[in-house]
Amino acid sequence: MSQILNLSHYWVFVLLLMIGFYAVLTRTNLVKKLLGLAIFQSAVFLLFISMGKIDGGTAPIILNDDWSQTFSSPLPQVLILTAIVVGISTLALGLAIVVRIKEAYGRIDDIDASSSEN
Amino acid sequence: MDSVHLPALQVVVPLLTAPIVAVLRDARLSWLAAVVTSVMTFVVSVYIVQHVLAGAVLSYQMGGWAAPYGIELRVDSLNALMLLVVSGASTLALLAGRQSLTLQIGEERLPLFMAAWLLALAGLVGILVSGDAFNIFVFMEISSLASYILISGGPDRRALPSVFKYLIAGTLGATFYLIGVGMVYMMTGTLNIADMEARLAGVGDTNVVFVAAGFITIGLALKAAIYPMHAWMPNAYTFAPNIVTAFIAACSTKVALYVLLRMDFFVFQKNLVDHESQFTYLLMPLALLGIVFGSVAAVFERNIKRILAFSSVAQIGYILLGASLISVSGFTAAVLHLFNHALAKSALFLAVAAMGLYFARLRLQVLRGAGRKMPWTFAAFVVAGLSLIGVPGTAGFVSKWALISAALESNLVVPLLVLILGSSLLAIVYIGRIVEHLWFGDATDKAVQIGEAPSWMLAMVWLAVAANIWFGLDSSLPMALAQQSAIDLLRQLP
Repeated sequence: MSQILNLSHYWVFVLLLMIGFYAVLTRTNLVKKLLGLAIFQSAVFLLFISMGKIDGGTAPIILNDDWSQTFSSPLPQVLILTAIVVGISTLALGLAIVVRIKEAYGRIDDIDASSSEN
Repeated sequence: MDSVHLPALQVVVPLLTAPIVAVLRDARLSWLAAVVTSVMTFVVSVYIVQHVLAGAVLSYQMGGWAAPYGIELRVDSLNALMLLVVSGASTLALLAGRQSLTLQIGEERLPLFMAAWLLALAGLVGILVSGDAFNIFVFMEISSLASYILISGGPDRRALPSVFKYLIAGTLGATFYLIGVGMVYMMTGTLNIADMEARLAGVGDTNVVFVAAGFITIGLALKAAIYPMHAWMPNAYTFAPNIVTAFIAACSTKVALYVLLRMDFFVFQKNLVDHESQFTYLLMPLALLGIVFGSVAAVFERNIKRILAFSSVAQIGYILLGASLISVSGFTAAVLHLFNHALAKSALFLAVAAMGLYFARLRLQVLRGAGRKMPWTFAAFVVAGLSLIGVPGTAGFVSKWALISAALESNLVVPLLVLILGSSLLAIVYIGRIVEHLWFGDATDKAVQIGEAPSWMLAMVWLAVAANIWFGLDSSLPMALAQQSAIDLLRQLP
């Protein structure tokens, strides 16, 4: 039991990942698909952020040459800052495409570029 | 010329020019700027290849921070060859594409479109030069986002749902890759690929590394359109603007495949016990299924671009098959086929783009008799098609021959030979169907009115075809790089 609780952040990661993935695969509404994708990516951000956290660790700022404190690793946070920017760009581009789909088809649900008539 | 900065220049040139091109107002000028930038990128990669052929491994420390703490750019034989493919395909497509782009994109949108093109180019070469797993992810997203824009520029409204599907698949793939990289980072505390490989040896064969390898392989397989994860690809290729297809089809899936090979062979192969079974029981069966499915599907398609797209599914299968034999000869064949298939597809799609100047829809029915009206374009298409099939004297033959020789050394000789030769026969069938319609079909009303493609575009198409013949007769350059990369990546094999 304590094993499961100690790993709670991994469980949150897995749960969010699966919720997002399920939404991406099953929703036919394109905006809902994108939201699922955003949840999916957020789960990964959480995985990275949580791995850098140490119990009792503070922000990695050295004051008065005092190296005795415990610091959390700043590197995963920096990586995820980049990944968040990437995620936002993807979401924005995805929504822009949805807008154009709405203009072209008049709906955003259950659209498929079927090949049969081509 | 000082070779130290070459790997950085490779990315910086297109990346910095992109915003300048974006603010240009004149369509012709923006095209010219993109061409010049692409040519410069190509020249840089030619220099890089020269250095690598002389036996150097180019390593560049970004900002002067030493690896593994700083970001390292690292170019050896494998990425040098890929750099040549990517920058070459971009340059040829841009040079040939002015009329086609103006027709399909329109004058006002062209400057922004060219900026997206340069960003896609910068992202793709960035993936190749980078020696840092997270940096690869960032460049992958830069190139993907820019490619989504390029593909959605197609005149057909079905380009939009296709690109949406590609966006979902591409993001899922890249995120899976990121999860895998995160797990390896957890175990090793490093993101530098060479350092990762060394430190994993200390970590040993743990479940985390095992799962990480799985995430990375599946994520990249999705981006590389390995069967059965290719569903996004045929529509994206078909509805993209014709010139964009010539660029994307030649390189974007192959760059993902490059990362897959680099991670699986360089990082994991040595450090996971029985990692070969991933190739034997997962990737090789997928490669074989892809070869069969892609070739059969191509035979039954009716749109010329979709035929070629499904043929790409099969060709990716060949590349993966060569790699999953896990032998030096197999890996050499895989890298050679990566190069030669890019040559053939680039030439084929450029010829298709030339036909696309006259036909909005590229169905075989519509194109009947068009080959007789534009004989030079058609001849180029046929020669490139022969290279795709693997006829002696063309580049395709060299790599198919290498693949067959590698298969003969494996313990699955008969089934592999049957599949490779069988799908080559299917390639004759689907290229033959195109020839039948374009040359022997009764000309449609539309086909009667058209003439030959513009001479400049035709010259570029023939340049691509000439490369197919050149590397078919003298394959020493790709062969040297492919062999060296096989030795580099499989160095732990006896």
